[in-house]
Amino acid sequence: MFKVTIDGIEVEIPEGSTILEAARKIGPEVAPPTMCYYSSLETSGGYCRTCLVEVTKGSEKDPRPMPKLVPACRTQAMDGMVVTNELSARVKEARAGVTEFLLFNHPLDCPVCDQAGECHLQDLSYEHGKYKTRTDFERRTFEKIDIGDKISLHMNRCILCYRCVKVADQLTDNRVHGVLNRGDHAEISTYIKEAIDNDFSGNMIDVCPVGALTDRTFRFKSRVWFTKPMDAHRDCEKCSGKVVLWYKGDDVLRVTGRKDTWGEVEEFICNTCRFDKKKTSDWTIEGVRDISRHSVISANKYKKLVKPNEFTLNDIKALPE
Amino acid sequence: MKLTNRSKVVVDKELTWVEKLYLPAIVKGMMITFRHIFKKKATVRYPEQTRPVAPVYRGVHVLKRDEQGRENCTACGLCAVACPAEAITMDAAERQKGEEHLYREEKYAARYEINMLRCIFCGLCEEACPKDAIYLTDRILPSNYARGTFIYGKDILVEGITPDQRVDVSKRKKSYEMNT
Repeated sequence: MFKVTIDGIEVEIPEGSTILEAARKIGPEVAPPTMCYYSSLETSGGYCRTCLVEVTKGSEKDPRPMPKLVPACRTQAMDGMVVTNELSARVKEARAGVTEFLLFNHPLDCPVCDQAGECHLQDLSYEHGKYKTRTDFERRTFEKIDIGDKISLHMNRCILCYRCVKVADQLTDNRVHGVLNRGDHAEISTYIKEAIDNDFSGNMIDVCPVGALTDRTFRFKSRVWFTKPMDAHRDCEKCSGKVVLWYKGDDVLRVTGRKDTWGEVEEFICNTCRFDKKKTSDWTIEGVRDISRHSVISANKYKKLVKPNEFTLNDIKALPE
Repeated sequence: MKLTNRSKVVVDKELTWVEKLYLPAIVKGMMITFRHIFKKKATVRYPEQTRPVAPVYRGVHVLKRDEQGRENCTACGLCAVACPAEAITMDAAERQKGEEHLYREEKYAARYEINMLRCIFCGLCEEACPKDAIYLTDRILPSNYARGTFIYGKDILVEGITPDQRVDVSKRKKSYEMNT
């Protein structure tokens, strides 16, 4: 076991863990934001640079600080390592810069985007972003590509985190989409516009940190904060069948996997559960999903709402003096 | 506890002969009444006459169109989530081909309703709107006998296309919005 100190909080982690895993063990207060790292996807991380942290003491044996900021998701923690994250001005400045770069080509269409409200880039720019853009250049745009009737791809919003490509590589056989072209022209696409119809391909919707891949059956149906999430499950031979149903009134508008504190899906679900089972009778409802009250999804939802008893004027009694 | 010096202690002593006539008291009272005939009237004959309203007055909402007559609202739902009275509900729809002259963006509000009985005219919807779409105007909410008529839909809220049907909200625009 290694001892690592992050923002002054000490934590014990097994050997070989990364700084990010150590930080997540402490809690969301010290964990750096991640846009591309996904714990259940192998080789993910290292692209977005939002998890940059400062290592002020390399290890017990070699206490020299690391000269540059290091990505927490790809750097192994050493015994006695001291890391500063939120407390470091350098990290904050770097993260603001990274956010600015991520937003460089990202369209400002949050009012139209279906991901708004559960978008990680929104959270990131809210915490670390600048109020205004500093560039005069036109944003990079792509021609719209149809990748099937279940998933819609908005390439303009993509930040190239590669999560969806990893999902296709690791969860499904015969992946049909990947990254085409290089550098500034890189884009997620299917080769020769082939439709995506693998059994687990729908998970790329959950995995996408922005609104680049969204549920086409949910397109413009409702904003996420108007819907009410309910935990539900069903017997599915392909997946665990544990999902969240997003209700509006009595209609199930959308089915997603269950996301944890880090916005990562606990168990991947299959496309049958996601797209074809949209009736309450298909599911066993477990109850209302617990949503952090800081999330916009919790707005206008009242868990312990009790209808007040009607009373007449005669019921009001004077206060005892 | 004594709040002012003007309060008079009620006494129950017998009236004098002059006071018993009541005439001086009546004349005194009528003097005050007649004096008011020549004073300026406080009544405003609404709706023929209107009183000036402050530029910050918050009245009935308007859903704005842009210069080309397209609706600004994209049904992003921020006004509804900002609304402390939960008065706003909406349904979004996708803009079809050939409707580009009606709606400014890909998505628009197919249904947009404000429950005027719930609305407290706080102006937070206007504050939240990222699309310059909803504004509170200086118009006063008309009264009505039926509760159902207070649910204002798009037919009432959206301003007209022709110049004379437009609602002027320039007074309510923030200084940083004027530059754009």
